[in-house]
Amino acid sequence: MTLPIAFSRWLLALCVGLACISAAQAQGNLEIDTPTISALRQSMQQRHAQLAPLYASGAVGLAADGSVALRDAGAVPLAQRAQANSLIAAENADRAALYREIARANGHPEWEADVRRTFAQRWIERAQPGWWVQQGGSWARK
Amino acid sequence: MALPLPRPNSMHPRAAGRVLAALLALTAASCVTINIYFPAAAAEKAADRIIDEVWQLRENAPAAAPASEGEAQ
Repeated sequence: MTLPIAFSRWLLALCVGLACISAAQAQGNLEIDTPTISALRQSMQQRHAQLAPLYASGAVGLAADGSVALRDAGAVPLAQRAQANSLIAAENADRAALYREIARANGHPEWEADVRRTFAQRWIERAQPGWWVQQGGSWARK
Repeated sequence: MALPLPRPNSMHPRAAGRVLAALLALTAASCVTINIYFPAAAAEKAADRIIDEVWQLRENAPAAAPASEGEAQ
């Protein structure tokens, strides 16, 4: 008669354990401190010094899909246009890698699209006044 | 005289089977629940932390952004 009690205790412990895991996933933080993610954050932070003037002039805007886009090429002097394009390409490559890595670091590669959507909303929400953001398919100045 | 069959002194085999089946079903259900759920609030928090860092909104950023803006014009 001792084994069933031990077994049911074990069962109870398992249930509690599973409940804790799902609660932790529901309430806790996402893992964003892996070496890969840290490197991406640093790379994006350094690039921001060059991108900030482009956001401010309206040449580059924050797109609805969580990327950045050349919105008004005319706002960039011809000589700097190639550099602006390569900045945008590098930024978008880092952003795509960031979304993918966050999903992967948390054990759910399939979350990538959700992570991207969340970031898209937050970039746009937190854009500084004067920057251009894509909302409902069209560009708007914040 | 025949040897007595070794009997588990614990649980009726059918009851044990039922408990095991219930346990497996519960585990499977838990796994599915965990896999489907996307923690939107946690993702927002993570996004804000990264945006703070990339745009340097927490430390000396307000000074840096207008300065570069002025320089661009």
